[in-house]
Amino acid sequence: MAAQEIGAAPSEQTAVADPIVSRFEGALRPDERKGYEGYIVAAEGLPEVATGLRDELGYDYLSSVTGVDYLDGGQLEVVYHAYQTSGGPALNLKVQVDRENPVLPSLVSVYPGADFQEREIFDMYGVRFEGHPNLRRILMWDGFAGHPLRKDWREAYYEEENKPFDSRWPTGDVRRSEAANRFGKNVIYPAGFDFENWTPESDESLYASLNKVGSNGKTLQTDSLVVNMGPQHPSTHGVFRMVVALDGETITDLQPVMGYLHRSHEKIGERNTFLQNMPYTDRLDYLSSMGNNLGYALAVEKLMGVQVPERAEYLRVLMAELTRVSNHMWAIGFLLNDMGAFQTPALYAIRARELILDVFEATAGSRMMCNYMRFGGVARDLPETLRDENTLDFISDLAHNRLPAAIDELDRFLTGNEIVRARCIGVGVLPAEKAIAYSAAGPLLRASGVPYDLRRAEPYSIYDRLDFKVCTRSNGDVYDRYVIRIDEMRESVKICQQALRDMPAKGEIFSRKPQYNVRVPEGESYGRVENPKGELGYYVVSTGKTNPYRYHVRAPSFINLTVLGEMCKGHKVADAVVILGSIDIVLGEVDR
Amino acid sequence: MYGTGMLRGMGVTIKHLVDAFVDDLRFLGQRYYNAGSLNARQGTRGRGVFTVQYPEEKLPVPERFRFIPFLLYEANADGSTDHRCTSCGICAKVCPPQCIWIERSSDPETGRPIPTPTRFFIDIDICMNCGYCAEYCPFDAIKMDHDYELASYERIEAHIFDKDRLDKPVEYYAGIRPTEYVDEENARAEEDAKKAARKAAAAKKKSVGADSKAAAA
Repeated sequence: MAAQEIGAAPSEQTAVADPIVSRFEGALRPDERKGYEGYIVAAEGLPEVATGLRDELGYDYLSSVTGVDYLDGGQLEVVYHAYQTSGGPALNLKVQVDRENPVLPSLVSVYPGADFQEREIFDMYGVRFEGHPNLRRILMWDGFAGHPLRKDWREAYYEEENKPFDSRWPTGDVRRSEAANRFGKNVIYPAGFDFENWTPESDESLYASLNKVGSNGKTLQTDSLVVNMGPQHPSTHGVFRMVVALDGETITDLQPVMGYLHRSHEKIGERNTFLQNMPYTDRLDYLSSMGNNLGYALAVEKLMGVQVPERAEYLRVLMAELTRVSNHMWAIGFLLNDMGAFQTPALYAIRARELILDVFEATAGSRMMCNYMRFGGVARDLPETLRDENTLDFISDLAHNRLPAAIDELDRFLTGNEIVRARCIGVGVLPAEKAIAYSAAGPLLRASGVPYDLRRAEPYSIYDRLDFKVCTRSNGDVYDRYVIRIDEMRESVKICQQALRDMPAKGEIFSRKPQYNVRVPEGESYGRVENPKGELGYYVVSTGKTNPYRYHVRAPSFINLTVLGEMCKGHKVADAVVILGSIDIVLGEVDR
Repeated sequence: MYGTGMLRGMGVTIKHLVDAFVDDLRFLGQRYYNAGSLNARQGTRGRGVFTVQYPEEKLPVPERFRFIPFLLYEANADGSTDHRCTSCGICAKVCPPQCIWIERSSDPETGRPIPTPTRFFIDIDICMNCGYCAEYCPFDAIKMDHDYELASYERIEAHIFDKDRLDKPVEYYAGIRPTEYVDEENARAEEDAKKAARKAAAAKKKSVGADSKAAAA
């Protein structure tokens, strides 16, 4: 029901861009900088404009919020990308604010999905969002000095603004990076610092901020407890912490704490040249690196205006869909691990995944860190042989026999299982309206009944010619999120079969002369793909040089966590583990 | 009926168990130390669960597998070696984590650069195995290796590979990447032939030009 209401969002008003200017007379103006698009909004008018866009024009889905530091202009800019869940292009809003005293109204009350993203901007740029319920650092630790993504902030290993560094050639005098760290072998602690009796301020305020009132108190004498699950906990899929307030065994509140794996992906990305970022994107969601490559390639290709040859497009789609199958296999296997079915389902699930990784390894040279796509094509064509077989035979055997059989087997093994059903049905329910409001993406959104898939909503590459359906489920509980992954794998296999059938047997795989240092025209671009975990977006700003001025990743794992606390409330501790498993996060992408 | 789902699941488990033994029978006598049967059982032809007895036996890696770069040299008949590297620095410039350090040689008298590296380092702790150096090297002088067993007891010295450690003969490269090697050699031969033809054409044109000039005079 809800899905249909959302599907019926108005579309006739948004076909032309002008109505937006006329509707919000005086509050916004078109962005007229070269290579830029969208509108610049005055800071005071932001909440009204956002509310109007959401309620009147149907821009109900806030995809990405990020900052840019325009050091020369003395301004910070916050960039919002909003979409209609009925499909269509982005609405790109920008707010400019003084670098010295950056204060903006928070949009959490309009789009709750802005929560973590605004915290990230506060952390990285120091923009204070007034009205934000929980404005604390999110990726950096308590007491960290400065805001790392500001252009004048320099890391401990700082060498030069941009790569390549002059020290490497022609007078390469090798030294270990530790030698360049200005903090030496350790950080410096203040005199008299006592580890034993120190609790980080943010932790205390976090514990205090949790809601500890449950309903158990009336019937059962229980104490309210705050429990830290993680950072090192087998259920958290990596170094990730859930601070849980408990009433007995019932969760009254939950806050995710992250950043333990933060490695300044975006700061490194701004030091790198455009091409150098490609292998780094592998390390975001390391279970689906082909998808990461594709998103980044699309964002930069949009700026460069290059075409991709036909065969390369098919290879890209083939690889991206194989990645989706392999990712969902892993997601399902680990969901069962989280339910307590240790390793057996996980190993059966990844048995077929192993074959997919063989394809990646033989084609790209690495099982997981594929680094396969380039701007204007792919790095290499398929090899002749794979495990003593013809490669095309191998892949087509995979797509027609092995993968469908493996999916059917998982289905037979798990879907009807009474324990799985008892643990999953009705747990962690996420209604459609909430899923949209919290910017949930991917299987999480579609399991709640919102038929939003970028491959259909805003087709990229060759998805508009392929025949597949957007899977949805209606209940939005853990079980639906499990079943939808099975459905999506089946659709992906179908796409692989079509790609194998239609792919030109021979042809160019790269449209340009391979160049190790590309210049990218001035401007901004937001490239997004439907990654297995949800919408993966890259916001890239170029100033016409060989390195990106701004490189931002809209990480689906990170933003999907915004709604975790909401989904867990009222459930038992053991359910929190399963709900987290059903979101399917990868910490490499959460923390970046 | 309650419990059928679980029974069906157990059927899947039993099938895996049986498949493993059926596969063992199918490959009877080829269980160990046999690259062909490893490939078959790990590929699409294998059905059951199978364990590779690492490190006693290892799965063959595909030709394009990439792990840590190495430098190529050609050994001459008299025992001297020719390095392909001209120290142009493209690998150091394209390297995403900047783990390559090259010192270019220069003539001690004139100070002019000589196209060969004096020293060449790769910090393998930093190398991310992306393969860009091999991909963009215009002289096919740096390639990605297949040797992935690099554990050592010490990292400060042992993990910075110098030129001696990185150097490997062209024959080694031809051994681990046969098709790429052949493709590159063919492309080079073609390029050389083209260059020779162009040179010959230019020489001819020159001589023709000189002739006509002489005739005009």
